[in-house]
Amino acid sequence: MADAAASSTLRAPVDWQSAEMDRRRKARYAADRRLQIYGIISIAFALGFLAILVGTLLYSGYSAFTQSMVTVEIDLSGEEIDPNDIRAANWRSIVRDKLEALVPDVPRSDQRDYFNIFTSSAHFLVRDEVLADPSLLNRSARYVIPLSDPLDQLNKGSIDRNLPEEQRRVNDVQIGYFDQLKEQGAISKPFNTALFLNADSRFPELAGLAGAITGSFWALLVCFLISFPMGIAAAIYLEEFAPKNKITDAIEININNLAAVPSVVFGLLGLAMFLGWFGLPRSAPLVGGMVLSLMTLPTIIIVTRASLKSVPSAIREAALGVGASKHEAIFHHILPLAMPTILTGTIIGLAQALGETAPLLLIGMNAFITSASGGVLDASTALPTQIYIWADSPERGFVSRTSAAILVLLGFLVTMNAIAIFLRQRFERRW
Amino acid sequence: MAGYLFGLMAICAIVVYVLATNRAGSVRDRAAEKTHSRPVYHGLNAAIWTGVPAFVFLLIWLLAQNSVLDLLILSNFPGAADMTEAQRSLVISEIRQVAAGNIFQDPSPEILAAVEHFRSLERTAAWAMVASVAALICAGAFLGLRVIRNRFRARHSFERAVTWFMIFSSLVAIVTTFGIVASLLYEAGQFFARVPFYEFLFGLRWEPQIAIRADQVAGQGAFGMVPVLFGTIVISALAMIVAVPVGILSAIYLTEYSAERFRAVVKPLLEILAGIPTVVYGFFAVLTVAPLIRSIGLSLGIDAAPNSALAAGGVMGVMLIPFISSLSDDAFAAVPRAMREGSYALGATKGETIRKVLLPAALPGIVGGVLLALSRAIGETMIVVMAAGLIARMTLNPFEAVTTVTVQIVTLLIGDSEFDNPKTLAAFALGLVLFIITLGLNLIALRTVRKYREKY
Repeated sequence: MADAAASSTLRAPVDWQSAEMDRRRKARYAADRRLQIYGIISIAFALGFLAILVGTLLYSGYSAFTQSMVTVEIDLSGEEIDPNDIRAANWRSIVRDKLEALVPDVPRSDQRDYFNIFTSSAHFLVRDEVLADPSLLNRSARYVIPLSDPLDQLNKGSIDRNLPEEQRRVNDVQIGYFDQLKEQGAISKPFNTALFLNADSRFPELAGLAGAITGSFWALLVCFLISFPMGIAAAIYLEEFAPKNKITDAIEININNLAAVPSVVFGLLGLAMFLGWFGLPRSAPLVGGMVLSLMTLPTIIIVTRASLKSVPSAIREAALGVGASKHEAIFHHILPLAMPTILTGTIIGLAQALGETAPLLLIGMNAFITSASGGVLDASTALPTQIYIWADSPERGFVSRTSAAILVLLGFLVTMNAIAIFLRQRFERRW
Repeated sequence: MAGYLFGLMAICAIVVYVLATNRAGSVRDRAAEKTHSRPVYHGLNAAIWTGVPAFVFLLIWLLAQNSVLDLLILSNFPGAADMTEAQRSLVISEIRQVAAGNIFQDPSPEILAAVEHFRSLERTAAWAMVASVAALICAGAFLGLRVIRNRFRARHSFERAVTWFMIFSSLVAIVTTFGIVASLLYEAGQFFARVPFYEFLFGLRWEPQIAIRADQVAGQGAFGMVPVLFGTIVISALAMIVAVPVGILSAIYLTEYSAERFRAVVKPLLEILAGIPTVVYGFFAVLTVAPLIRSIGLSLGIDAAPNSALAAGGVMGVMLIPFISSLSDDAFAAVPRAMREGSYALGATKGETIRKVLLPAALPGIVGGVLLALSRAIGETMIVVMAAGLIARMTLNPFEAVTTVTVQIVTLLIGDSEFDNPKTLAAFALGLVLFIITLGLNLIALRTVRKYREKY
């Protein structure tokens, strides 16, 4: 005390009202405001990035949700098609003739360009429709056939007509015929059901996500079936039964570490172990699901342990008090109370697994497969790997399709997270 | 086939459950004394005995079947003893293809004989599998039903089985780690048998595009990982330059300055950034960010590569913002109120309190978060696979293309996956390096975070 009094007498009292102090105070407040502004700028940067990301995807992806089509009237009753062997007919020439008849006299020199307006698989599409409904053989019907990718882009306005001919992918001849077709009202732009019903294809106008969605579904199902029961079992054991010793400590550290191992390393594990040593089939959703389940397991264990911990011990003690065994107390009383949180965590874990790409690439789920997979052992792609494949494809039409696929993936993720949030708000208890 | 067997198991288990429950019920009703377990436990116990042994057996059988069949075929194939690993796998895949009916050219008589052998083995295997599974199911059901008695402690038996399942599940985490380490070490060991260890660690050239077949024209191949690691560090550093300041500053603003309602809206929005799959970021980097950087670079007179390190690193940085922000958030929240208020009491402004009191006190937690984020950046794959380069260059110029460890792993393993040439095996060596680096960072980070948490 005496020291303090002495030092205060040594120093001249500060005049807080002086101009110098005023400046100092202002500088200090300015520094405070600067920090605040930096914070706002950072948040604005992050949110701005998010907005641009979503905006770009919407902008480039929305056009893929429609597809330009041409409607052509085909009367098959005049053709000589054997109803018992529909596949054998010369569909290529039949459909070509009908397409040619859409506009009056296409000179020979223009034919190549003209037929490139339509998807090159037009005859397969017509054939498949007839195969599905053989009564079409006897009557005339309207068939809706996709335009090829460049013309689709032209119709959607992504290709500028005013560019010099050599700089765009449709030439003047094609634009001429396209305009004729458009004037006839043959061109329409309906919702692109092929995007959801078709599997992958080399041609953007025919490529769809059906294969990827079923592949992702099977992989997630396998992932759920493995990681959900095992994650809960492991968490219950570690939280309720395990003795506190070195081994359980090691398991705990291990689980925390596994949660932070790069996903590509899990892919290497899957490749070397599941494919290499066990000889499981390549590109199969089963293997994908197994790898994903190893990645999801730590998440589920951590969530489950936290939610078991949050159930008040009074409930456990009450159950034990009326004579329940430890297992009964946990499985009949504590686990049901913890379940909403566990489910929330599981759904979030599965949503992460759905977006995981790198491990699936390594086990070959990036194969080019043109049919939807029928089970967990069929070679298949998954949504994120399909995005990767399309993003790598050079055709312009795949850019908007990639964005559309991303929007579909984000749609699934949003739905899953919404369900998780709903579960949490509806069923979660605060003790 | 196996699918039907799994279905059969499930059905049998359910049937046995119903039978055993009924039987236990009638046993209880007839009994003079009190029964030990409720009928439902007798049912569950019998169902487990019916289904589980068969299930486990079938799983092991399916995992082992292919490898065992391969061994059996090869042991009977003339001249298999002095074939290389590659020739063996070629022969096996040819035999399998032919057996599946995909014949492209006339197979040699040896192959045809082997196919016959393979088919008969496969038939035998299928019969053996079905027979043993059926036997296990029957034995389990028989025992499970027979054992039902008044005194039988079915609940204990059932709970023991559940406990074993729980122990097994907890061990899976350890087994996974062992599996990762074992597969990486094994394949990397094969790699180091072909390429010297020191050349991999200290070599300055990375040119893995070597000939797979003898008649291919390709480079000599060089497997020095230094440039690859260098590229990884460059991109991760760029990501951290974006993520660390933005993440910490936004955490400061959200915890210290913002109104509660602003925070309630903005924080979940920021978290969205962490929930977006990385392949989406990769596509965005290629589609928008890289061309933007290229045009900015050109307008500044810099020749920016179309897959510049800056695009990949910058986008990766944005991805890491919520990660760093929420970990710093936790660190700030853990600083005791007294320290903050003591600082205010001395007349410090909010900004001064943050800089001079909160930041130093929260620093260990923040550093731990930054280290975790760094480990993520190093292990991040899809963004760099799509947006970074393929050629290993030692350059610090962020406008040039560099490659990373993860990019090389993916590009080396996409396409062919024969485990016998250094090109494929190099990916596992890189994976080992990646695993060790990220493991080290994670351990340090987790320890820092935990130590710091204990302090207050």
